[in-house]
Amino acid sequence: MLILECPYCGVKAEETELHAGGEAHLKRFGPGSSDDEFHDYLFMRENPKGVHFERWRHVNGCGKWFHAARCTMTLEVFGTYSAQTYEPPQDIRDAISAKRPDWSWREFK
Amino acid sequence: MKRYSVFAVAREALRYHSGWERAWRSPEPKRHYDVIIVGAGGHGLATAYYLGKNFGITNVAVIEKGWLGGGNTGRNTTIIRSNYLQDPSAAIYEKARSLYEDMSQDLNYNVMFSPRGVLMLAQTQHEIRGYQRTAHANALQGVETEFVSPQRVKEIVPIINLDGPRYPVLGALWQERGGTARHDAVAWGYARACSGMGMDIIQQCEVTGVRVENGRVAGVDTSKGPIDCDKLGMLVAGNASVLSEMAGFRLPMESVALQALVSEPIKPCMDVVVMANTVHGYMSQSDKGEMVIGGGTDGFNNYTQRGSFHHIEETVRALNETFPMVSRLKMLRQWGGIVDVTGDRSPIISKTPVGNVFVNCGWGTGGFKSIPGSGWGMAELMATGHSSLTEAFTIDRFKEGQFIDESVAAGVAH
Repeated sequence: MLILECPYCGVKAEETELHAGGEAHLKRFGPGSSDDEFHDYLFMRENPKGVHFERWRHVNGCGKWFHAARCTMTLEVFGTYSAQTYEPPQDIRDAISAKRPDWSWREFK
Repeated sequence: MKRYSVFAVAREALRYHSGWERAWRSPEPKRHYDVIIVGAGGHGLATAYYLGKNFGITNVAVIEKGWLGGGNTGRNTTIIRSNYLQDPSAAIYEKARSLYEDMSQDLNYNVMFSPRGVLMLAQTQHEIRGYQRTAHANALQGVETEFVSPQRVKEIVPIINLDGPRYPVLGALWQERGGTARHDAVAWGYARACSGMGMDIIQQCEVTGVRVENGRVAGVDTSKGPIDCDKLGMLVAGNASVLSEMAGFRLPMESVALQALVSEPIKPCMDVVVMANTVHGYMSQSDKGEMVIGGGTDGFNNYTQRGSFHHIEETVRALNETFPMVSRLKMLRQWGGIVDVTGDRSPIISKTPVGNVFVNCGWGTGGFKSIPGSGWGMAELMATGHSSLTEAFTIDRFKEGQFIDESVAAGVAH
């Protein structure tokens, strides 16, 4: 069972209390961007076998969106953090590096 | 390859069954093949089979990192149907369904195809309209389906409860020619036939790298050494993203877990397949008597081949309402598979940015039923560069905006 700690209300919530919201840190492309950028933004998704960053919503709780760093191979959770950021904070990256020294995800290392 | 027949059974009965040969050979890989297929599941083996049968290409290797048919081919709920809304889907699934009809004769291997009928329940007004529309579309496509009344549903499935507390049964889309088949036998039958044509099926051979030279694939690196090829076919379902990155291109795909479970075996009580898409549950009874149950996918990316318990709970709760007798059953086994889901929930059967690499993936929750049609089209695409069966399923359709929007028509359960 997947258990994530909501970074806002501090509740350790299990899956039924949460809603998965897909890939984190998407950069949005709208009018003025190229076809390729728009295509990638809409349809291309990171689908790694390993470290992954995702959006989750504490839907049956405080109702807020947050981010989680997770391993898709082991279901291990490296940490959760605020949605008010464009990239994973350093402490989350360090927590991942401690367990997966070679990890990388999109442009993040 | 010795043929299986009543005479073979009689012959072996007279000599203590000492003459049966292995169904397929397990050779060491050669240095070079005309075609390498990665993934010895149903789709990979079917592609290899039709390459040999329809196009005479038999210098083929099918390589598999685990064991043959051990992925989603061995993990699905074995439902076969073709009652899709959109023309390209109906065409390929109906091709598959019709190939299943004489597959046992074609492969000389009993795949136990059982055209017992598939019933898709309409439990909301929205679903009634959707399925009536599908029935009309199917009539134009030449796929035999019918929208039936609740009374007819009760005749077909006496154990059903029409007046559920949340979702009463308001009608159903009935495809009498749909049904089930033995999923392992489909993989084994294709493997035996491929091996009989001289193809090499190499199990426990993991692809560790794809060698791309001048925009073309020269070969693959595997745990059994490098193997060269002229053409490469990728049919690895949930691992498609991983393999495509090795070849240097990306796929619009996410991998999630889909679960199924079976009950203890009971006496025959339901001789059709019933799907209830509003409440995410589908059920059929296997030849052993187990009730085979499937539900919805998990919401998050996952490669572990196991899913969340609460999805099973949801599925079983839904089936309890529709089939009250299920509440007394003990569940025996539960398992998960990793399904590859695209942006429009339809598969990708396509050429790729790497010239001689072809990809067949994205079947998501509906792969088993399409195995022969998928293999038929994929083989034609790989041999000739074009297939009318697969042309709508290109990678480019996302860029062009030409989606095959079946997720609306098919609900969740495929």
